[in-house]
Amino acid sequence: MSRTTSDLLYLVTIVTFILALRFLSRPDTARLGNWIGAAGMLLAIAVTLAKSEVVSYWEIALGMVIGGGFGAIAARRVKMTDMPQMVALFNGVGGGAAALISWAEFHRKVPASGNLKLDIGIAIMLSALIGSISFAGSMVAFAKLQELIKGRPITYPGQQLVNGLVFGAAVAAGITIAAGGEEQWLMWGLLVFAAVFGVLFVLPIGGADMPVVISLLNAFTGLAAAATGFELENNVLIVSGMLVGASGTLLTLMMSRAMNRSIANVLFGAFGQVSPAAAASAESVGGTVRSASAEDVAVMLAYAHKVVVVPGYGLAVAQAQHDVRQLADLLEEKGVEVSYAIHPVAGRMPGHMNVLLAEANVPYPQLKEMDEANPEFARTDVVLVVGANDVVNPDARNNQGSAIYGMPILNVDQAQTVVVLKRSMSPGFAGIENPLFFNPKTVMLFGDAKDSITKLIGDVKGL
Amino acid sequence: MSHGQLLVFELTILVLAIFLGFEVISKVPTLLHTPLMSGTNAIHGIVIVGAILVMGSGGKDTLTWVIGFVAVILASANVVGGFVVTDRMLEMFKRRRPERTPADDDGNPPPPQ
Repeated sequence: MSRTTSDLLYLVTIVTFILALRFLSRPDTARLGNWIGAAGMLLAIAVTLAKSEVVSYWEIALGMVIGGGFGAIAARRVKMTDMPQMVALFNGVGGGAAALISWAEFHRKVPASGNLKLDIGIAIMLSALIGSISFAGSMVAFAKLQELIKGRPITYPGQQLVNGLVFGAAVAAGITIAAGGEEQWLMWGLLVFAAVFGVLFVLPIGGADMPVVISLLNAFTGLAAAATGFELENNVLIVSGMLVGASGTLLTLMMSRAMNRSIANVLFGAFGQVSPAAAASAESVGGTVRSASAEDVAVMLAYAHKVVVVPGYGLAVAQAQHDVRQLADLLEEKGVEVSYAIHPVAGRMPGHMNVLLAEANVPYPQLKEMDEANPEFARTDVVLVVGANDVVNPDARNNQGSAIYGMPILNVDQAQTVVVLKRSMSPGFAGIENPLFFNPKTVMLFGDAKDSITKLIGDVKGL
Repeated sequence: MSHGQLLVFELTILVLAIFLGFEVISKVPTLLHTPLMSGTNAIHGIVIVGAILVMGSGGKDTLTWVIGFVAVILASANVVGGFVVTDRMLEMFKRRRPERTPADDDGNPPPPQ
């Protein structure tokens, strides 16, 4: 296939990707958009294989079967609750691929041509650097969300300095390459230092901020892909990579806006580090926690006019979304009005909770977004908080010292009664105390969310 | 095309792609943030094109071959996994996309019974 033909077909792929992004940002066309993107990707792969300079089909096919097989099985098997870490994992391998491409290009070009052109050198440096950071950072994000390592922030004195030095070392190796350095160890140094920086960079970030970090690393991988396009003189790589780089950056900003936190705050704020003031406030609030039995709660629910369920990650972990729907159906039969208040970052990613409840066939009109739900709480008899914590923490409104101060929350404390289903009194994912639990309006129902809901179903039925 | 001309051309489309990337997703409901992130994640799987080119071109040594092979594996996992995960997320919304009646939209609770 001639270069002209392949470039023209690549243009078709580029158009499908643009349409895919456009369609993915609207609920009614999102799924179609994903398919259009996949079709464009298939075309790009076919065109690349048909290029005259590509000869070793079988090895490529073998690699694609191994990688694609792993991707398909992992993506099919994963539970909906574990989606965020899957996205992190697939993002990481993409970044790793970009870094490897630039390594191979460096290895291939340097001995042959004698010296590297400046622009190719810069492209190699950028894709190796960014790709390696994205790979290592995504793996740490994956490990944190999968709870292979602690989700709470890890900090130590002089952290920013160490990070800066490691990053500086990676950049120095990269600049030497761009300036014409031809030793292979420069590339190894660049890849290793960038990977170490990726690890150090994500390690101090608390689990609650992980979606923003994954989104940012996603944009990084796009940039790395665009840089490989300059190495290989390939338009589809440049445009598609940059589309992801730009839209991913915008999406990152939107997500952090949904949490009312700046990017800088997310990346360097070491979220969850409870400031002394906040800790003091939490202690001073401290006092009595009322706990109730399932029977008590069942009575409250069955005789309420309006019940709002606030689902959080605890519900997802316990896989209790189906049981919650069953309880809601039961209450509706008894004439109780039930709706769900969804915080934008409920679960571990924006929109995550909508996916989980949709999976349990919760009727769409019952799902209320935060702006819609908040004015309703004053008229609500019982709020059932299932495994949510930080998104209902009044400290975000009242306590300037709190790490989540300023984050918009669901104002559940305006309701008549708040029932909190929680495993124990331990602080939430972000590691912050929650004065809601000490509020006189609040009763706690301790235990696994699924067990508690099952008990409630039984008790409501028995009434 | 000389190398210089090609570079300028490539930079031109790069800059246009930046603006396009910002424009194309201007308004996204929170609901779709995660699927959109996952979708863009699949799209940067386009590095598979680079991986195939690196691995597929003849006249290379063992190290290039091995690096290229690993790159093909990683990039294919990115592509396939990315699109499948996104589809699974969006599948959840499919069944009852809202026949949202105006009554559901006004935000008022139905009259008490």
